[in-house]
Amino acid sequence: MMVKRLGAWALDSIQEMGRMLLFVLSAFAWLVRPPLRFVQIVKQLHFVGYKSTFVVVLTAGFTGMVLALQGYYTLRKFGSEGLLGSAVALSMIRELGPVLAALMVTARAGSAMTAEIGIMRITDQIDALDTMAINPLQYLIAPKLVAGLIGVPLLVAIFDVVGIYGGYLVGVELLGGNGGAYWNSIESAVEWKDVYGGILKSISFGLIVSWVCCYKGFFTKHSAEGLGTATTEAVVLSSVLILVWDYFLTSVLL
Amino acid sequence: MIRLVGVEKTLGGQPVLQGLDFSAPAGKLTTIIGKSGEGKSVLLKHMIGLLQPDRGQVWVGDAEISRLRGKALNEVRKRFAMLFQGAALFDSLSVFENVAFPLREKLGLKGAEVARRVDEKIEQVGLAGMGHKFPAELSGGMKKRAGLARALVMEPEIILFDEPTTGLDPLMAKSIHDLIVTMQRRFKFTAVMVSHEIPEIFAISDWVAMLRKGKIALMAPAADFVKTTDPEIQEFISVSGPIRLSGVAAG
Repeated sequence: MMVKRLGAWALDSIQEMGRMLLFVLSAFAWLVRPPLRFVQIVKQLHFVGYKSTFVVVLTAGFTGMVLALQGYYTLRKFGSEGLLGSAVALSMIRELGPVLAALMVTARAGSAMTAEIGIMRITDQIDALDTMAINPLQYLIAPKLVAGLIGVPLLVAIFDVVGIYGGYLVGVELLGGNGGAYWNSIESAVEWKDVYGGILKSISFGLIVSWVCCYKGFFTKHSAEGLGTATTEAVVLSSVLILVWDYFLTSVLL
Repeated sequence: MIRLVGVEKTLGGQPVLQGLDFSAPAGKLTTIIGKSGEGKSVLLKHMIGLLQPDRGQVWVGDAEISRLRGKALNEVRKRFAMLFQGAALFDSLSVFENVAFPLREKLGLKGAEVARRVDEKIEQVGLAGMGHKFPAELSGGMKKRAGLARALVMEPEIILFDEPTTGLDPLMAKSIHDLIVTMQRRFKFTAVMVSHEIPEIFAISDWVAMLRKGKIALMAPAADFVKTTDPEIQEFISVSGPIRLSGVAAG
């Protein structure tokens, strides 16, 4: 009995993964076919990117500040307060920027994406697009995937900069560290490969968020409960995938 | 115009359509009735390719659409419009933009031409001056009217109606029925409607079909349909009161 259930679960999971892959491949195939949905892409970028700026700046500022606070006292034990800048910047650029920004986008924009598409599914709006001979993957999904791919890396860039300034505020202005040393240590420690790794992560996280959240919304079951489940699953699955993928990408990049 | 041959469909392990044959005459209003859960909406979705049969064929004119996908299916769908149960208006667009949507997206029309055609349809369905409102601000009946305007604006050959009066009060339901009939007589499109509004539909339909156990149990002109000797169908159609036929159907 146990083995049978395990087998069924494994088959279901593989089937689901296959469906997810087909979903994203078809969406990209529709993206490159005319007409180009430029207006839709800009609208989605505004939603995913611009409207997430506030929450990203807020979390970035406090993340940088707490890093500096923790780092300052730890480094002081070894008389290395001068390295605070590099500690904050490297943690931000390599790890915290991409991961936390992507998690914030999942919570703010990703959940809304699933809910929006899910409601469109439940109220037949997606079928209505189909009956009008307009492909929903092209009109609805592809612009959201592009918005994730472009929007998340830009938000991560903002996250990194604000976080590093937050660290400066606490490490230098509040705790009295050396400002010159803060910036100097950043300049000497951060290499192109760190920035490149961060960008690569943020692009892949952007894809994960919009892919998972669109998929879950698109295949929402026809009920209010189905919509709730889809939204929860979308947020949980993208968050977990972001962290798992982060580990694998880091192990390859290092 | 639309013809289904030996269509079988199983959904979630339950057989819904079981070797169904159906044909909707061109330029006429055909209404499909049947108990809840018999698969009337499923049948309608097969006609426009939203669902594909497990077995059997679906013909739209000369095209067999049951295995079509992508561009080929979209070509056939250009001949259709569909009015959904909840009207399926796009929440993020105003009534005007909803009606303009297929014109802009499918025909690539712009500016004054769009405004002219949209205003004309909005007026025909009795929503003049409501173009700026959003679906959330409309009553159920107004939503159906807006949905009808969106269906009519492309001047399609075929319009499918999925329970267009569900959830409306009797007066509003009658006005939506009148509107559908008026438009159908005027533009001569082929109409297939799924409805529970018995006996009202006998007054407006040219043909009536009864879906039972996954097959069409009876399909006949409205005037002949009511004379059926099948006791189960008789009970089904007469339980809500006496049937009144329209001049057209009765004649």
